[in-house]
Amino acid sequence: MNYVNIIKNGIVKENPTFVLMLGMCPTLATTTSAMNGMSMGLATMAVLICTNFVISCLKSVTPDKVRIPVFIVVIAAFVTMLQLVIKAYLPDIDAALGLFIPLIVVNCVILGRAEAFAAKNSPVASLFDGIGIGLGFTLGLTLLGICRELLGSGSVFGFTLLPETYNILLFVLPPGAFIMLGFLIAIVNKLRKL
Amino acid sequence: MEYILIFISAIFVNNIILSQFLGICPFLGVSKKIDTSLGMSAAVAFVLTLATIVTWLVQKYVLDPNGLQYLQTIAFILVIASLVQMVEIILKKVSPALYQALGIFLPLITTNCAVLGVAILCIQKDYNLLQSVVYAFSTAIGFGLALTVFAGMREQLELVNIPKGMRGMAIVMLSAGLLSLAFMGFSGVDGGLRTLFGLD
Repeated sequence: MNYVNIIKNGIVKENPTFVLMLGMCPTLATTTSAMNGMSMGLATMAVLICTNFVISCLKSVTPDKVRIPVFIVVIAAFVTMLQLVIKAYLPDIDAALGLFIPLIVVNCVILGRAEAFAAKNSPVASLFDGIGIGLGFTLGLTLLGICRELLGSGSVFGFTLLPETYNILLFVLPPGAFIMLGFLIAIVNKLRKL
Repeated sequence: MEYILIFISAIFVNNIILSQFLGICPFLGVSKKIDTSLGMSAAVAFVLTLATIVTWLVQKYVLDPNGLQYLQTIAFILVIASLVQMVEIILKKVSPALYQALGIFLPLITTNCAVLGVAILCIQKDYNLLQSVVYAFSTAIGFGLALTVFAGMREQLELVNIPKGMRGMAIVMLSAGLLSLAFMGFSGVDGGLRTLFGLD
């Protein structure tokens, strides 16, 4: 299995945000700024890599009937570890992402990938799939975060680019998230048809 | 009085889907027809209220006394997964028609951010049991309201001519954004009610 292809697949062909449409909740909620979006993407990627690897290792010993609860327990364990690490070493990110860190456990991307890929492929391939999909997710969130932050607060990653008077507050608020994502999906759809 | 405030705030001002972004996946996935939306809302309402009660009890009587707060995520998700399994079994016996109609979406309530999100929020906001129940039930009504209204919108969208580039998820997102914008009109109502009821 070509590992570079697996990573490219996760970023482009099966991008969770723009193609698979999974994990919409954190995508819309945490992208008020580019930094928040990127942090959320990286946190989810960390969990995804670990759970993909472990679930793939366990796939031969998990009975088929209880596989979903087993996956959920594995994912919950890693999310708890991530929660504790972030609370201890990254309190700013903890404050920014708030409720959505424990909600990584119900992120459709992670359970979806466990079911669709890790349960059927080797541990190493699953590891690379985790990296690929995680990078795709982070890319999607960062892109949405950049657009919303630029139009909504006039800055990108904290660097002010537009004067105060040119901000459109809508984009930092919930409706702006939906609208911005709608337009980005339309643009991505157009690019994919080229 | 305070419960009316929680009720109105959870449904209109801080609508779980349009304002807090919890429960987006079923919102986008189930809202194609109004009848499936209503069925889904009822199932979510039941699971949400029940799950909030049980997780609240687990937190206060099992996790807190034994200093096991770090197990909150694992404990809560296991409670929710078991509850959904139970609802599935009961629904299969009591109303097979609704069970068939909901199909794959019923087990998917387990991964519904709204259920886990509300359970955690009630602990974070330090609500007592009655406040948690009112909050959970109001959230479920807000969920159903947003879902059903959006289903109505989507059924109408089927009948119009949409530009080729915007077809599919793009126009759905845009419509959701407009609905969210409409609900923003309710902001400030909770502050006003708070002053009216003299809760400040």
